[in-house]
Amino acid sequence: MSDPSLLALTLAEARDGLARKSFSARELTAAYNDAVSEIEPLNAYITPTPERALEMAGAADRRLAKGNALPLDGIPIAVKDLYCTKGVLTTAASHILDRFCPPYESTVTEKLWHSGAVMLGKTNLDEFAMGSSSTTSFYGPVESPWRRPGDNRPLVPGGSSGGSAAAVAARAAVAATGTDTGGSIRQPASYCGIVGLKPTYGRCSRWGVVAFASSLDHPGPMTRTVRDAAIMLHAMAGHDPRDSTSAPLPVPDFEAALTGDIRGLRVGIPKEYRAEGMSAEIEAIWQQGANWLQGAGADPVEISLPMTKYALPTYYIIAPAEASSNLARYDGVRFGLRVEGDSLDEMYELTRAAGFGPEVRRRILVGTYVLSAGYYDDYYLKAQRVRSLIARDFAAAFERVDCILAPTAPSAAFAIGENSDDPIAMYLNDVFTVPSSLAGLPAISVPAGLSRDGLPVGLQIIGRAFDEETVLRIAYVLESAAQFRQVPSFVAGDRR
Amino acid sequence: MARIATLARIKLPEAEWEPLANELARILTWMEQLNEVDTSGIAPMTSVAAARLPMREDRVTEGGGREEILANAPRTARGFFVVPKVVE
Repeated sequence: MSDPSLLALTLAEARDGLARKSFSARELTAAYNDAVSEIEPLNAYITPTPERALEMAGAADRRLAKGNALPLDGIPIAVKDLYCTKGVLTTAASHILDRFCPPYESTVTEKLWHSGAVMLGKTNLDEFAMGSSSTTSFYGPVESPWRRPGDNRPLVPGGSSGGSAAAVAARAAVAATGTDTGGSIRQPASYCGIVGLKPTYGRCSRWGVVAFASSLDHPGPMTRTVRDAAIMLHAMAGHDPRDSTSAPLPVPDFEAALTGDIRGLRVGIPKEYRAEGMSAEIEAIWQQGANWLQGAGADPVEISLPMTKYALPTYYIIAPAEASSNLARYDGVRFGLRVEGDSLDEMYELTRAAGFGPEVRRRILVGTYVLSAGYYDDYYLKAQRVRSLIARDFAAAFERVDCILAPTAPSAAFAIGENSDDPIAMYLNDVFTVPSSLAGLPAISVPAGLSRDGLPVGLQIIGRAFDEETVLRIAYVLESAAQFRQVPSFVAGDRR
Repeated sequence: MARIATLARIKLPEAEWEPLANELARILTWMEQLNEVDTSGIAPMTSVAAARLPMREDRVTEGGGREEILANAPRTARGFFVVPKVVE
């Protein structure tokens, strides 16, 4: 029987425990393999890989014993099933990728394995990462480990990295990888009471990550603490010649940025975010966050991001346009599902009709429309011009402030099935995360408090491009002030 | 709707054309609020990364993985992908 007390450790604590030989990597991994089975009702994992995990842990133990341990040696993590993993089923939560076993490993996961991390399995998500609820997966919806007190209805974990968020929150992974296109790391982190970091565009390679919208896709870490996010980012980041948009910059020691000292830093409070349908309780937590940072010596400053209200429609033109182009590769010829037809075109059309779920289909159709002759200028080019203005808003703000504090999402988690019949209502979840996605800026969500319903609510710190250090430094102070200690109603290893 | 579905190579049953067209029309109307923004003289933003793509030396770095590449294909024969006949 494995030791469930190991499951409560943060990544930093597990790393230190392994270094002190308080427990072995195999003991830690065995406890997590059990946890992965225990949380099966949440449907957070599509493909657990327990044998591979134990093998990797054994290799880590041998290095630890020899005294040449790697930075993440023996740390069991989950991988969003959008990252290609060599020889391990990779689905993007879509029927159209049936049985796809990549012959290559994504750069980010390869870096993690080269740092000694252990793969527990592949986590569930919205199909092709298109969604904010992790309910559009071909493999069924993910449930959040949280419940509203006195209400047993299952809640969404957020999305699209909902399986990763649920696994980390329910103690069935020390940390996880996510991807963020319009908020897909930060919003599920907020809903599940964990930390989610979207780095600067170009900081982490996209090579081997199933493409959704290439100018917006950001790989990043999901963890229990800000320190853990700094450690994970350090292992995941770095220039990759195989991704032409990967930044040829050195990777700083992000953990060293957690000094606890934010005196004199200027924190922007965007006034337009107040107008975007915010509830009183979210506004109160946001104000509390500003007060905490002020109490630690930072200087809150009201700023203006006038293009905020146009960010969502801009995003929902650009992202589907890029998706319709990226997803053209799923044609039933080289990999995945195939439905036979009498002609090549019919085979394509039948395969794609059967393989894509309703939300993916909707976005491909919208994207095809906005890119089609006669509409390209009115929609797609227009959206790209507005995107320039949105980036310009941030550039102007960052002449006056060092970071921006904002809510992560306009509400706490909703129940599975809510919002599902109205795509636009669902899109509104992304209102506070999409602007920084369009501008490619680093942004982190940190658990800040509970809603009236007893559910976690996160706050977001947005920073200058490639200044994750300041983002993490401020997030660390926010985390220390918030003292968020609440645990979901369902966690693995709970003997209460 | 039929034209867009054909361009996207997705077979849609005729019964779904009208509901989907209505849904798309709603989404497109919502997007049209961008027309309120004056973007004259503003260049379209195509990427947040460096505007100029890096060049690399033109040499073979990998290859010869035919078996690996074909391993995921739904139908293959004699080292090729198989598709329905395209020439008469």
